[in-house]
Amino acid sequence: MRGDRRHRWYWLLVVPLIGVLIPPIYNYDDPRLIGIPFFYWYQLAWVPISVAITALVYRRTRRGD
Amino acid sequence: MDRDLEVLQLVIVIALFLLVSAMGFLAARWRRAQTLDNLHEWGLGGRSFGSWITWFLLGGDLYTAYTFVAVPALVFGVGAVGFFAVPYTIVVYPIVMLAAVRLWSVAHAHGYVTPADFVAHRFGAPWLALAIAVTGIVATMPYIALQLVGIEAVLKAMGITGEWPLIIAFAVLAAYTYQSGLRAPALIAFVKDTLIYVVVLVAVIAIPIQLGGFDDIFGAAEQKFASSPAPTDSVLLGDPAMLGYATLAFGSALALFIYPHTVTGLLAARSRDTIKRNMAALPAYTLLLGLLALLGYMAIAAGVTPVGDDANTIVPLLFDAQFPDWFAGIAFAAVAIGALVPAAIMSIAAANLFTRNIYATYVNRAATPEQEARVSRIASLVVKAGAVAVILALDPQFSIDLQLIGGVIILQTLPSLVLGLWRLALHRWALLAGWAVGLATGLWMLYDTPNATTGKEHFGGSQYALSKLGIDTDWTVYTGILALLANLIVVVVGSLVLRAAGAPRDRDATRPEDYEIDARDPRLQRPPATAEQGAAAQ
Repeated sequence: MRGDRRHRWYWLLVVPLIGVLIPPIYNYDDPRLIGIPFFYWYQLAWVPISVAITALVYRRTRRGD
Repeated sequence: MDRDLEVLQLVIVIALFLLVSAMGFLAARWRRAQTLDNLHEWGLGGRSFGSWITWFLLGGDLYTAYTFVAVPALVFGVGAVGFFAVPYTIVVYPIVMLAAVRLWSVAHAHGYVTPADFVAHRFGAPWLALAIAVTGIVATMPYIALQLVGIEAVLKAMGITGEWPLIIAFAVLAAYTYQSGLRAPALIAFVKDTLIYVVVLVAVIAIPIQLGGFDDIFGAAEQKFASSPAPTDSVLLGDPAMLGYATLAFGSALALFIYPHTVTGLLAARSRDTIKRNMAALPAYTLLLGLLALLGYMAIAAGVTPVGDDANTIVPLLFDAQFPDWFAGIAFAAVAIGALVPAAIMSIAAANLFTRNIYATYVNRAATPEQEARVSRIASLVVKAGAVAVILALDPQFSIDLQLIGGVIILQTLPSLVLGLWRLALHRWALLAGWAVGLATGLWMLYDTPNATTGKEHFGGSQYALSKLGIDTDWTVYTGILALLANLIVVVVGSLVLRAAGAPRDRDATRPEDYEIDARDPRLQRPPATAEQGAAAQ
């Protein structure tokens, strides 16, 4: 059971997929950030978010926790 | 247009090339092993790379020079669609994290060197492994050839013509890869990536300022796309392109993990934690790639026109136009060296596949570790010579087409390799049938794809029009995903039918605990050194 509870954290890994694989969410020009259309900075913003999620999952699923 | 020879740039590029070449040869002594004459040392760097080395190695492996040149070129040409590289390299890490650590564990438990080693052992089917190995080699070869396109773009921008510089660069690369194995690209990756990071960070800060800010840059791009005759180029995605964009990003992410050179980089890591940490740290390169992609728009705003009609030259030309000569030289060196690292790893991966899954399985079943290492070294030379010959003898467009095909066909190895990591009751004959069906449908769809812009009738791109399947829409889907779906249907239905018909179960030589084993685990014995011993050790 202990293993199962740890494995639940892996579901978080689905979040970045939802964030960037559904273009209708972000295929817009506005709002711009320093002149960059939303389409571009939104997807770039997912890089740090995805890193944070992956790092969290890594920490929570380490052996011996 | 002919460009004048840029002497200062050339001197800097040659100096840095000599530096990395020296490092490549000295790498044989780095993290010194008793001998390099077995595949665990020559082909996987002793399976001992820690987090930092793995980060540089995989970064240099996955984000190739071709990527750095071709993605901005694509954005330059068609706009938003080219940005798919960013979602692609975001989702790849969460998707592969679980599979990657399981593959690492089972490979360590049994001493696998290649992905096909695992398939052979897991399904008791050397011929399925042969199919996987041949697919891997065929998909990797054009990828290596494309690295030369990256070097060529730089040479053109410096005003160098002729074939000799390319041949010399690859000959030197071949020599130190032969000697040092995977240690050479691992060590050179430090230099390559440091240069790339510096260049890109300077570029994305300095060039927009010089060009009057991003408002002006995107304004110029909108103007260019509005006045071009092509219907699909735009700063935002057109409605029909959205599904294609998402499926291309998703499919490319799935493919990236199962390319042999990625597996080589993963298996060289020291522990499961090394891999997991890297899954969180590698997206730093994605940020870099995303910023680089925007250089495509900056090239539009700066009025760059490609050398000849080779759009791949726009990034080097933009550097040349916007940077002082000495810094442009460093940028060129970064791209050129950036081609050497993945080319080395890919040739090692292809050579290992040949050695383990063709030579040691079918030609010389009693091959010693020394013989395996020798065969792999020679095979790595052959692979590189082949790549140079392909680029020089044939139209580079041919390599680009082949690489397009490569991504689609490598995806057809996914069911055996990835689903095999979980203990699903898949049958080896069903996996082989799925692979064949996936290949056939994938190749047919690619053949059936024209390109209106270039006027090609076949192999015009990797987006398949859904209207051809009888669906009344102008949407497109990534061909690789469609072929993979056909493949998976055959695998699942075939497995169910075979089980119902009472077909004998697979001879699975792996145990459930093998997939969770970590470095220094007491259950982990010394990895068997050859394929033969690996098969005998069960």
